[in-house]
Amino acid sequence: MRFLPVLAIVIGILMLAGCGKKPTTVPDGAGSTATGETETGAAAGEGQEGEGRSLPGASGAAGGGPQGVANVIYFDFDRSDIRPEYASLINSHAKFLAGSSAIKIRVEGHTDERGSREYNIALAERRAQAVRQALKLQGAGDAQLTTVSYGEERPSTTGSDESAYEKNRRVELVYGR
Amino acid sequence: MNLRRALVIFLALGLPFNPAGAQLTVQILKGMAESVPIAIVPLAWDGAGPPPYDVAATVHADLERSGRFRPLPRAQIVEQPHAASEVDVADWRMLKIDYVLVGRLAAMPDGRYEIRYELVSVANGERLLGTAVPVDPKALKRASHRISDAVYERILGVRGAFATRIAYVAVEGAVNRRSYRLIVSDADGANERIVFGSPDPIMSPSWSPDGKSIAYVSFHSGLSAIYVQTLATGAQVQVSAKSGINGAPAFSPDGSQLALALSRKDGNVDVYVLTLASQDLKRVTDDASIDTEPVWAPDGRSLYFTSDRAGAPQVYQVGIEPSARARRVTFEGGYNARPRLSPDGRHLAVVTLDRGAYRIGIVDTKQGGMQVLSSGQQDESPSFAPNGADILYTSRTGGRDTLAIVSSDGRIQQQVASSAGEVREAAWSPFLN
Repeated sequence: MRFLPVLAIVIGILMLAGCGKKPTTVPDGAGSTATGETETGAAAGEGQEGEGRSLPGASGAAGGGPQGVANVIYFDFDRSDIRPEYASLINSHAKFLAGSSAIKIRVEGHTDERGSREYNIALAERRAQAVRQALKLQGAGDAQLTTVSYGEERPSTTGSDESAYEKNRRVELVYGR
Repeated sequence: MNLRRALVIFLALGLPFNPAGAQLTVQILKGMAESVPIAIVPLAWDGAGPPPYDVAATVHADLERSGRFRPLPRAQIVEQPHAASEVDVADWRMLKIDYVLVGRLAAMPDGRYEIRYELVSVANGERLLGTAVPVDPKALKRASHRISDAVYERILGVRGAFATRIAYVAVEGAVNRRSYRLIVSDADGANERIVFGSPDPIMSPSWSPDGKSIAYVSFHSGLSAIYVQTLATGAQVQVSAKSGINGAPAFSPDGSQLALALSRKDGNVDVYVLTLASQDLKRVTDDASIDTEPVWAPDGRSLYFTSDRAGAPQVYQVGIEPSARARRVTFEGGYNARPRLSPDGRHLAVVTLDRGAYRIGIVDTKQGGMQVLSSGQQDESPSFAPNGADILYTSRTGGRDTLAIVSSDGRIQQQVASSAGEVREAAWSPFLN
């Protein structure tokens, strides 16, 4: 029954976020190169690490999601609850997905390198599921979302210090997969 | 995508590993203070030309690497007897040698060889072993490991595990250009062969009890799935590709079932048992927490597994019959995960959080207690040798995964060096016949 409290927190966060800043969703502005402010300072640019795919601000639906919105959500150590600062990011992606049921994304969960590998697979799955649930609550369709947990197998950056761990405890939203 | 698939198929053929790959070498770091002094006399060669193989060198290397023996350097072996009857115990006593291994290698008319060997106790002149074995030309190395096994067992009372193999995952390349290979080699790192290769992660290799197949997790389809691959043929069968996690496979003691971790649609990670022939799937745990990393008790009637149902990961045991209740096994420390059971079922090797570091610990399954065996900062994936004497594990140092071995009593440490890349998640095979 651990999921319920997490969900309650997520819903609460999303409701709060809804009253605040309006998400800068740009629904596929044909060829637009607008580089809207990313709403989550911490995540700005982070999405460029790793596989080099779905860059924030990449133009066109094939490359990524909503224009100018980061696609990485970071987590605290051994936690799978979504931090408040990501509420509007998730809201933007959910609305973008709700706008076109043809768009599909992979919700990829990751952990840092510490601890047991299969346990980390489970922990990263929990993170991916938390984001998936949040996206669904905000209007994304179940069929649009695939989750995959990579645990510690696909770090976005190498290194065995807290700054590397912080970047690796994440969920990536990968469009077109 | 085509190229990627082609690569996977190419690598799946089980071709010998390319020389630039991750060749392992095992070295002793710390042996036992009271290691056994033994002389392994080079075998006499009865045949034409040079001897086809140096049997004594392999036995010497095996016993020395184990940390339990102190073989006399070959240069110091002056007397070279080749039969027990030629061993002058008084001379060896002066050299403070406790045991002498002697023998002959002979060419047989049918193209095979015969290894004849004898082990002599210097204390009383008793002949402890005396065997003649026919050997195929290609099997001389393996036969030498078997002699090491016999000597180890006769002197220490525990079967040696030199003629066994290990499976491990080798990883190379930058963070966004990784290549993963599942490799099987001899226990000393020689004869490595690629079982499977992929640009996507490979995890959690697990041997079948007959040592003929390996179950593992691969992401090469884009999502996690569990495969069973037959080593002799390379034939790969997908056995679990459900929605969500397909992880942590472990063969049952009779080889007919796999315990595994699945999250299915709801994302709740639980332990299941899959019967391979029928694909019948039974849920073993049903708990909102994480339940994963199952391993079978030797009688096949219960599983040990990791669960965070008490808030942090700890090891539990549960019967596989319906509605069995789980019993907590580990209590010391705030993090105990990834249990592996000793072959006699009496001890669990786990990853334990020890003063801020992840280390290999060993727990008595009945009495509890925790002995920390390793001293790294990030040690994980323990795997018992089939004789229970040693534990192979992964140690992360300087941002790189390497392998290491520690004896189950913590007194002996071996280092496993890799020629290239990172190596991790080593699984020690069962005894092979």
